[in-house]
Amino acid sequence: MSEEVSEPIEVLRLPVELEYQYTAGKSASRFLRGLQQGKLLGQRCPVDGRVYFPTRGCCPQHGVPMAEEGSIELPDVGTLVTYSIVRVPSANIPLELPYVTIQVLLDGADTVMMHVLGECELEDVHMGMRLEAKWKPEEEWETSVGNILYFVPLDEPDAPYESYKEHI
Amino acid sequence: MAELCGVMGIGQTRYAAKRQELSMPGLLREAAERALDDAGCTWADIDAVVIGKAPDMFEGVMMPELFLNDAIGGAYKPMLRVHTAGSVGGSTAIVAASLVQSGVHDRVLTVAYEKQSESNATWALTISMPFSVATVAGAGGYFAPLVRGYIRRSGAPEDTGIRVAVKDRQNALKNPLAHLQLEDISFDMVANSPMLWDPIRYLETCPSSDGACAMVMAKESIATQSTKPVAWIHATEMRSEPTMFSGRDQVMPRASLDNAAALYKKAGIQNPRDEIDCAEIYVPFSWFEPMWMEGMLFAPINEGWKMTYEGATALDGDLPVNMSGGVLSSNPIGASGMIRFAEAALQVRGMAGDHQIDGARKALGHAYGGGSQYFSTWIVSDQKP
Repeated sequence: MSEEVSEPIEVLRLPVELEYQYTAGKSASRFLRGLQQGKLLGQRCPVDGRVYFPTRGCCPQHGVPMAEEGSIELPDVGTLVTYSIVRVPSANIPLELPYVTIQVLLDGADTVMMHVLGECELEDVHMGMRLEAKWKPEEEWETSVGNILYFVPLDEPDAPYESYKEHI
Repeated sequence: MAELCGVMGIGQTRYAAKRQELSMPGLLREAAERALDDAGCTWADIDAVVIGKAPDMFEGVMMPELFLNDAIGGAYKPMLRVHTAGSVGGSTAIVAASLVQSGVHDRVLTVAYEKQSESNATWALTISMPFSVATVAGAGGYFAPLVRGYIRRSGAPEDTGIRVAVKDRQNALKNPLAHLQLEDISFDMVANSPMLWDPIRYLETCPSSDGACAMVMAKESIATQSTKPVAWIHATEMRSEPTMFSGRDQVMPRASLDNAAALYKKAGIQNPRDEIDCAEIYVPFSWFEPMWMEGMLFAPINEGWKMTYEGATALDGDLPVNMSGGVLSSNPIGASGMIRFAEAALQVRGMAGDHQIDGARKALGHAYGGGSQYFSTWIVSDQKP
């Protein structure tokens, strides 16, 4: 005798949690220790001389270790290369909507970093803006880019398009 | 000498936000059985199975090919799983074709899928890394700054993306399998939809779909016995590049341009816009139509938007694009690339129903994935090469 099935089960919610133990390695450790001291450390590719920030110790294009000269300290100012105003929530992002996600080219770097923009009206956001990092209080610094709360506009003329267009 | 390979069977599920009446194996089974029926063959005729899907994190089911083996007829046969992010449906089809072209197998079943109703793709794509702060909300958050870059460098009118979104949704109304069926789609409706990831609006964005797509491919001596038209594979091509390196052109990656040039060379195509009758291009956000018109060498750099604007990519244009409604109308991510490849094959078989392009003899299927870093494409024709 078959038992009568009531409502079929269509969805079971089974949350998964993952916790990673991350081994940063030599180069990333230097980078992260730098952040802990409020320093932004890049590295130079020995093939084309370009400065990577953040860096992982090897050049992703040429497949070689970064130059032995060591780390290059970069200033915490740069240019807004491109951006988006985000109005979509995501469980992993603790920011209030809307927020501005940005790609910043730090002065002296040849790669962009992703971060967010603060203290700026949405209608004023534009490509080429000059920006400066706003840091957390020093006592809260960790081994994380999160030490920079966000970037804020600098009272400077825009960078010319030609100076950053290859990084879009 | 490589074997000639023909697509002799195509099966697709209906695409929808939730296919909760089907399990994951059931979803694949629906597409695979339809492909076998179309090919006029049975499970016993299949020599090997190639399955593809996007990142496992989407549904949180690791290595799903293990438990899908029986549903897709893999028992005691060679089975391969392919993964190349969003382009995976395309590269899965290419791996299946290569097993026939190399003479390893005579007849291969390939299937790709995603069951987004059981997943949270935006969560899975919003990665938190020890190097950086998480600011990129899903695929839209990643691609919106690149779209802005494209608009800046091309000088494209700001409503180009809206026009693509309207066109693809109108095409979807001719495709009963398409997920989005927006009867009253209009320019104003798209223009007035909320800005999600500025400059990408809600209706310029692909939906989240459940669905699967499957194809049966066979060597020449088997495919020619088919009672139905066959789509002959003239060329396949794939390229990849790192997500990030200094000087990388994120808007128009070299991997795309190299892939296109190599594909056309293999297919003996000199002028793609003249020689290709229609194309299914991976356009998850409307602006990627003009971008990939350039990336596939149909238009000069920075002029792809003109094709959209002039109506060249409409069903009655000189190069119809996304006749099926495209990724903007149906997006089971892992299958989305294979659907593009399958639609190209349906067109040259003359079996595309209401969205058939009259006299389509040569068609392009295209997929891309990751941070615009994987590209897979094929050219199919009703004629042998």
